[in-house]
Amino acid sequence: MMKNTISERVADFLEHFPPFNELAQDQLATLSKEITIIYKEKDNVIFSENDPPHTSFYVVHKGAVALKRGEKMDILDMCDEGDIFGLRPLIALENYKMTAQAHEETILYAIPIHIFKPYARENKEVGNFLIESFASNTRNPYSKSHRGKLYEEIPNLGPITPEAQLFDLQPVKYSKKLISCSATTSAKEIAEKMTEKKVGAMLVVENKLPIGIITDKDLRNNIVTGKYPITTEASKIMVSPVITYAKSMTITQAQIAMMKSSISHLCITKDGTPNSKAIGILSKHDLMVAIGNNPAVLIKAIQRAKKVKNIRNIRKSITHLLGAYLGQNIPLTLTSKIISELNDACIKRVIQMALDKMPEKPPVAFAWLSLGSQGRNEQLLQTDQDNALVFQNVPEEKMEETTAYFLELSKIINKGLFEIGYEYCPAEMMASNPNWCLSLDQWKKAITQWVTNPGADEILLSSIFFDYNLTYGDITLVNQLSDYIFEITQKYPIFFLHLASGALQNPSPTGFFRQLLVEQDGEHKDFFDLKRRALMPLTDAARVLILSHSVKSINNTPGRYEKLAELEPNNEEIFMACSFATKALLKFRTKQGLLHNDSGRYIAIDKLTKEDKVKLKRTFKTIKEIQELLTVRFKISNILR
Amino acid sequence: MIKFFKKRPPANLPDFWKTYENCFLEKQPEEVNSVRFVVLDTETTGFDYIHDRILSIGALNLINKHIAINQSLELYLIQDHYNAETAKIHGILKNGRGTECITEIEALKQFLAFVGNAVIIAHHTIFDINMINQALERHQLPKLLNKTLDTSTLYKKTLLTSNVFKKKDHYSLDDLAEKFDISMKDRHTAIGDAYITAIAFLKIWTRLKSKGPLKLKDLLKLGS
Repeated sequence: MMKNTISERVADFLEHFPPFNELAQDQLATLSKEITIIYKEKDNVIFSENDPPHTSFYVVHKGAVALKRGEKMDILDMCDEGDIFGLRPLIALENYKMTAQAHEETILYAIPIHIFKPYARENKEVGNFLIESFASNTRNPYSKSHRGKLYEEIPNLGPITPEAQLFDLQPVKYSKKLISCSATTSAKEIAEKMTEKKVGAMLVVENKLPIGIITDKDLRNNIVTGKYPITTEASKIMVSPVITYAKSMTITQAQIAMMKSSISHLCITKDGTPNSKAIGILSKHDLMVAIGNNPAVLIKAIQRAKKVKNIRNIRKSITHLLGAYLGQNIPLTLTSKIISELNDACIKRVIQMALDKMPEKPPVAFAWLSLGSQGRNEQLLQTDQDNALVFQNVPEEKMEETTAYFLELSKIINKGLFEIGYEYCPAEMMASNPNWCLSLDQWKKAITQWVTNPGADEILLSSIFFDYNLTYGDITLVNQLSDYIFEITQKYPIFFLHLASGALQNPSPTGFFRQLLVEQDGEHKDFFDLKRRALMPLTDAARVLILSHSVKSINNTPGRYEKLAELEPNNEEIFMACSFATKALLKFRTKQGLLHNDSGRYIAIDKLTKEDKVKLKRTFKTIKEIQELLTVRFKISNILR
Repeated sequence: MIKFFKKRPPANLPDFWKTYENCFLEKQPEEVNSVRFVVLDTETTGFDYIHDRILSIGALNLINKHIAINQSLELYLIQDHYNAETAKIHGILKNGRGTECITEIEALKQFLAFVGNAVIIAHHTIFDINMINQALERHQLPKLLNKTLDTSTLYKKTLLTSNVFKKKDHYSLDDLAEKFDISMKDRHTAIGDAYITAIAFLKIWTRLKSKGPLKLKDLLKLGS
């Protein structure tokens, strides 16, 4: 027989997911050979509502596919790796009831129905899987708990607010790492183990069956109060019997269960009864993370995360939270502060994990710097990563090995950040690039070079780098770097002139007739570039002004303008207007980004409401004013522009 | 058209070559989505065009962003010449093991029939093409006629052009797999590498398109 390595690769993937795991090896092998691998760009449509059925159904290999319905294209479901979609219409011989659209760059496996169907008929397990999925879907069309992953169901219910409803019915994610003890374990040992494992409850088991549970509260009430000695056995202080559920329970069910018995932990067992093996614990905390409306809970979840993959999921909740905040009109300053804190916590955790992965501790102190919008705390949506690393000076002979260590560390961190959703920087402005992973003295040298020979590239580099913010590590290194920047820029004031003229180079937002200018060509033809035409002039101007005042550690643009207003009371009005305009534009961009699942940079002008257009144009007047101020202050002649 | 035939050596070329040559009478469509690409990788005994030999050929058909698995080609060649050093890398033992091995001429026949007039995509294309051309020459056959694209060259075009950061001269397939988060499974098998190359090409193409519309001729200009 002819060898086919690619079909083996496909089979290896499929066998992990139902119903393919029920197929015999040779069936899976035959099936895999007939599969077509399809690449979809973000937003590409796989099929549209009312399209006649294709000859294949689909499995997501990489990426995500959104299933949408109706005029408003409400998202009904999101299919991740291993999920099946578009199968039912092929079996029922009817048109698609939903639109399937790539939510991000996606690779699909298209499985021809004529190959699959006989297996479904022959193989009882596969057949049952299909029937069960169809049936449960009819009962509860949006339930993710019955994710037989055979969407394309016909919901006969009235209009449903998609996300919210969908969310409540998701299966809960419980902690599978069961921390348990026996009935004779002492309270002291239990407390130690709970501290070590960072959990709030311990299951007491006998022959793998749950017989009781001990929580922080039980230890407090029974031991710390002195009621029982610290050597007391678990059986004396545990709460029994344990409330058990099956793992298929949904978030809503779990909430109700906890409320009903006013407990904070549920035990998940194999069949849902106390007479089967315990497989996990679900805490109120897990539940709140799943609901994801509480930053404090999210922060805790980030700190507890053991794997990069966990953080990736938490970041989805952060986006959810951001949407909710914007919807509730919570002030942007507060919103961006919370979201930045959360993003920062994620990055910090990734760095800690990377440090754990390194064979040795760092040889000297270092600092991880976030640059650009992340550094300015203005990164509400996920964008590219821009970062750098600075480490303490070391003697010449240690230089090579020290650099090698930090480059290796940075490589792991950059990869981790990529995995939690930060794209690699296309210009390689990342700490894993040897040019961005330097000792303090090397950085000083690089900065001197930029400040004393300010060409276009140097200005660009400075404008990205000078917005740095310490994310992790030694603050004294960062302070030394900042002090040096002020020192050198004061010595070479010509640098400000170049930085200011750089700030004036962005294209104008409006044309002669005050119409919004759209891009002339490229992928974003006829779109308005919000970042380059509106936000960048404001951030660039704030940077040069604040630098010329030698103000340290205010990185965020609205904050910088507020500080400037304080420093120059005569210009208070314009600076406050700039602060306001920046906030308005950031909010605008974030809303657009959430709406279209992108960076929000490019705006379709014809889709904007009249009100939004007016809002947008109002900020342009402010941009023009601040640019005039820069021109006058730094005496920028037309030659330089 | 007549000129086209005059250019070819008049020798008595076998029928399978003539069939291959005739494929090129058909012009390639301009729309990239309609173009048939063949993503190619060869595993060889080494890097010397004269002395080293092809161990295996892996090729995938790519049309309209679809790769049909049953339309792929995976060939293992019988070896006279053998280099124990490189075999360690790709794990192909002399004359294979458990897989059917065919002669060089039979492999060329099957490859030509498979590739037809498709545009060939490979990583460091020049190497694979030269290896195949050398094999063709050993059998008194002319060189390949296909247009080619190189993912190594194309990838560089997706990177920003700026003095701020220096592009490497060469990006390895490992570099691309890492950048684009493509699983390195089956790395160093011809077909496995061809698959990584195919996915990398698709991702590169998406990124290039974002800079402006792309016709086949533009792609060829960027990545030949």
